[in-house]
Amino acid sequence: MSAVATPQKPWAKRPVDRIRGFAFFIASILFAFGLVAATEIKGKLAYAFIFFVAYGVLTATFAFISRGAPAAKDVFISTLVSLGAVLTVLPMASILFTVLQKGLPGLHFGILTNDMSMATSTDPIATGGILHAITGTLTLVTLALIMSIPIGILTALYLTEVKGKFAGPIRFLVQAMSGVPSIVAGLFILSAVLYPITKNYSAFMGSLALTILMIPTIARTSEEVLLLIPNDLREAGTALGGTQWRTVAMIVLPAARSGLMTAIILGVARIAGETAPILLLTGGGDKVNPNPFSGSVGSLPYYIWKAFSAGSPEAITRAWAGLLVLMIVVLILFLAARALSNRKVSK
Amino acid sequence: MSIATLIPSPREISTEPRRSDKVFRRVVTGGGLSSLIILGLIALFLAYRGYEVLREEGLGFITNAEWSITLDESANVVESNFGLSAMLVGTILCSLVAVVIAVPISVFSALYLNFYAPGWLKKILVAVIDMMAAFPSILFGIWGFLVLMPSVEYWGKLINKYLGWIPLFEVKPYFFTRSPFVAGVVLAIMIIPIITSVSREIFAQAPLDRIQAAFALGATRWAMIKAVVIPHGRSGVVGGAMLGLGRAMGETVAVYTVLNIVFQINWHVLLGAGGNVASLIILKFGEASAYEIKALMAAGLVLFFLTLSVNAAANFIVKRTGKSGR
Repeated sequence: MSAVATPQKPWAKRPVDRIRGFAFFIASILFAFGLVAATEIKGKLAYAFIFFVAYGVLTATFAFISRGAPAAKDVFISTLVSLGAVLTVLPMASILFTVLQKGLPGLHFGILTNDMSMATSTDPIATGGILHAITGTLTLVTLALIMSIPIGILTALYLTEVKGKFAGPIRFLVQAMSGVPSIVAGLFILSAVLYPITKNYSAFMGSLALTILMIPTIARTSEEVLLLIPNDLREAGTALGGTQWRTVAMIVLPAARSGLMTAIILGVARIAGETAPILLLTGGGDKVNPNPFSGSVGSLPYYIWKAFSAGSPEAITRAWAGLLVLMIVVLILFLAARALSNRKVSK
Repeated sequence: MSIATLIPSPREISTEPRRSDKVFRRVVTGGGLSSLIILGLIALFLAYRGYEVLREEGLGFITNAEWSITLDESANVVESNFGLSAMLVGTILCSLVAVVIAVPISVFSALYLNFYAPGWLKKILVAVIDMMAAFPSILFGIWGFLVLMPSVEYWGKLINKYLGWIPLFEVKPYFFTRSPFVAGVVLAIMIIPIITSVSREIFAQAPLDRIQAAFALGATRWAMIKAVVIPHGRSGVVGGAMLGLGRAMGETVAVYTVLNIVFQINWHVLLGAGGNVASLIILKFGEASAYEIKALMAAGLVLFFLTLSVNAAANFIVKRTGKSGR
């Protein structure tokens, strides 16, 4: 009778291991509850923290007994590392939850069709709305896009296609520019354009500052995308007798289209909620202002800021509602960017 | 009809670019140089506007703590004292607290993402963390003020209770609200995504053959990380931390919402009095006279150079380790 070799998987979890792991898990939870109940430690975070420590110690002790010190260290670190991941994501979950919970009561049917010109901060929620803020933000973003898309993509083209002698320094400067604090960009426009030339708040001033903040995001993401375009395409273009200009315009840029869209969307997400330069430059009116080049204009961040500073309960609810709308806008932009970037090189 | 006209004259071969290409290159180079121009203009204009104040105050602009201006009835400046030292100390304190909290958490979560998380979870977590980096700062500010602050105050009291004998954690008078520690925690939450994604990219470049060699020698996962990944990624993590530091230093709205701004040098992290250059600008801008605006421009210039140098150093370090991250 010949023995058939059955494949062995000594690393696979046996039922005993699963049950033991689950038991450790339950024991740590119970311990966390017990400790919080018994001592004067309080707070929701305490549960999570004690749970992780207890789970780490418990599993490490078991590993030490069964497999020795190195295994114990390994097991403890793996608990610690997942604690790090949880701590990273926890604020995000808390932010999403709070904004939904506190922002939903502030939403009403007229919110997208009314502005705040006839409402004060203590009026009930149902009066007023964010029409002026939405249109203002749209104006700001559109103007900023008109200015930053050409500059950002030209910069990326310089870094990837022309590869001139300044490519190194410019890559460095674009990185440095992405670290410029938003308030400094606002002060710059204030000192260079608003005071000497226009002397008037306007959406255009705000969008100038936003352009400065947006260029590095667009330039760097586009550069990454353009680097992904296979060189064969460029060579094919040149081999067909195309000049560099025709090759870039007819072949490279169309091929990178969806990636460039991602870059632009990420840029918009970067500036949509930018507050500090808006506070300095746009004046924050309560009415819809159709003229982007003159007069104060409202925007979502300014609306939130104003409502938050006003401080009455209704105003705070309005601020949360504004935050909810802003967060939804950013989420949609971000999801769109991800959906597009999953196919970086389109047909 | 002569034969000569039928044969076209030979085409001239040249490597000289066509005119369209010359124009194209010039336009693209112009666009590429824009970042240089913008950065230069920022420095130039802020220096030009702030020059008067900088000359008046001299080195005192950095070393004094007082920020006051007295105007007479016709809005002429009677007396002015502008000093940034309290704000600079506050800026550094808040951002250091943020980095100290954020770096271990980000390194752990980057390690988790690269070496522990199952594939599907990794994909989700990376998306979530990238999205967090794009969240507007006003969201963090208001959330930090209304939701996070009570908890952080409580942590501050705990630290003070058990570690109060360390001068850094001393709190006199007993006042914890809106302290640099709270601002630091909010900033830490804002920069964790940045440091995590930089560290994750650096860790992912750890040489696979060495990782496999470590496992083949019987290393546990942690032993492998300690022997291969950490030495490879150490300076990249430092660079990522400095990128986070730069972002934390320039943050305006989130800090302004949670921090109690006091014009006095305060090194006690838990005491509810701090400063921040960027928040100072927002705080004073509303009611500022023309001369004070110039002082604010000078403050902006200082902030600009501070963040620029931190960022430049960070990028240098990250680049030296490998392809730079976000």
